[in-house]
Amino acid sequence: MTAIRRHPESVTLMSFAAGALAEPLSAACSVHVSMCAQCRGELRDMELVGATLLGSTPMGAGRVAVPAKPREVQLGAHTGDGVRNRDGLPGPLARNYGLALDQIPWKRLAPGVWQHHLELSPGAEGELYFIKLAPGFRLPLHGHTGAELTVVLTGAFTDASGEFRRGDMQDIDNSIEHQPVGDKQEGCICLVAAEGPYLLKG
Amino acid sequence: MLRPSIDSPTAYAPRSVSAWGWMPDSLSRIATERSDGAFRRLFEEFGPQIRHYMMRHGADAATAEELAQETLLAVWRKAAQYSAAKGTPATWMFSIARNLRIDRLRREVCWQELSDDVAEGTPSEEAPPDATASERQRQARVQAALSALPEDQRDVVTLAFVEGLAHHAIAERLSLPLGTVKSRLRLAYQKVRAALEDLK
Repeated sequence: MTAIRRHPESVTLMSFAAGALAEPLSAACSVHVSMCAQCRGELRDMELVGATLLGSTPMGAGRVAVPAKPREVQLGAHTGDGVRNRDGLPGPLARNYGLALDQIPWKRLAPGVWQHHLELSPGAEGELYFIKLAPGFRLPLHGHTGAELTVVLTGAFTDASGEFRRGDMQDIDNSIEHQPVGDKQEGCICLVAAEGPYLLKG
Repeated sequence: MLRPSIDSPTAYAPRSVSAWGWMPDSLSRIATERSDGAFRRLFEEFGPQIRHYMMRHGADAATAEELAQETLLAVWRKAAQYSAAKGTPATWMFSIARNLRIDRLRREVCWQELSDDVAEGTPSEEAPPDATASERQRQARVQAALSALPEDQRDVVTLAFVEGLAHHAIAERLSLPLGTVKSRLRLAYQKVRAALEDLK
């Protein structure tokens, strides 16, 4: 497995650790983190920041009732069964959506471009979808109305900021316009999380 | 629903290391000692903190109490399989409380996994003998780095982690441009990272 080279911004990962990201952005972060040991380490340090800050807030008066102490159960050792891939779908996605990459009911958007939206919790902000680019095909030039996180699940894509391969994350805000193009051999399938809809240009 | 009002975010910011409500280290000791007394101390010392966190996220008093109990029971169970290589009781406590908040109070899918549930790609390894000591050291470094932050940076990290506010919500709360909020968060995290650098 090749090393992951493109990561979320530290402030994005921090917000994910804090539980402050919108649901779709959290989904994209969790998929990247499940594939990226470096970001897992960062996340743990950030959770330590959260633990420390939580401990420094004022207490609020009154005790919390102590429940009955559970019996000590000897649990089996963690098996460390690796990324629970199901037909190439990273663990967090397989667990929450339970569909396989080759079973996605794609909707054709344009020649060589397909999309499939994932359902979010009622009231959740933003959107979450898969996008598939055929080899060498490109998305129309578009801008964004908020943050957008893209994780590559298979293949690769390229835009003006460089190449993104499996596991890489592109973390951009509404100041960026781009025109991603699918890898010439493999094309790509990506998970995209957006705070708001994209804006087509031209 | 009861939602405590917040006059100023600085009211919640720590002032010095000695002002910390608790040391995560004491949680490690409580949770790994499996006695009845330790179990009771866990709820006495950390229950009010978690309940307060839940109430700041809109839980009523009864719900907040339930979620605090649920969090600490989970910390207690996990501590039975304690391994310093997979996080510490302090990070579990925060992560479990955060996940319960997302699941029960925000009623959204919780995508954050607890540290030892995250798949590692390779089979889990035993913690090296000095891992516990180095975790304790990490906690002390993080505390020192946070308490040394300038107030403006500490305010934004507190709003993110304790209030669970997204960047744009912090910007609204403090009447600051989004870019300023992000750069303060980035600076704060760089300092925490720098404090941990030689422990990597």
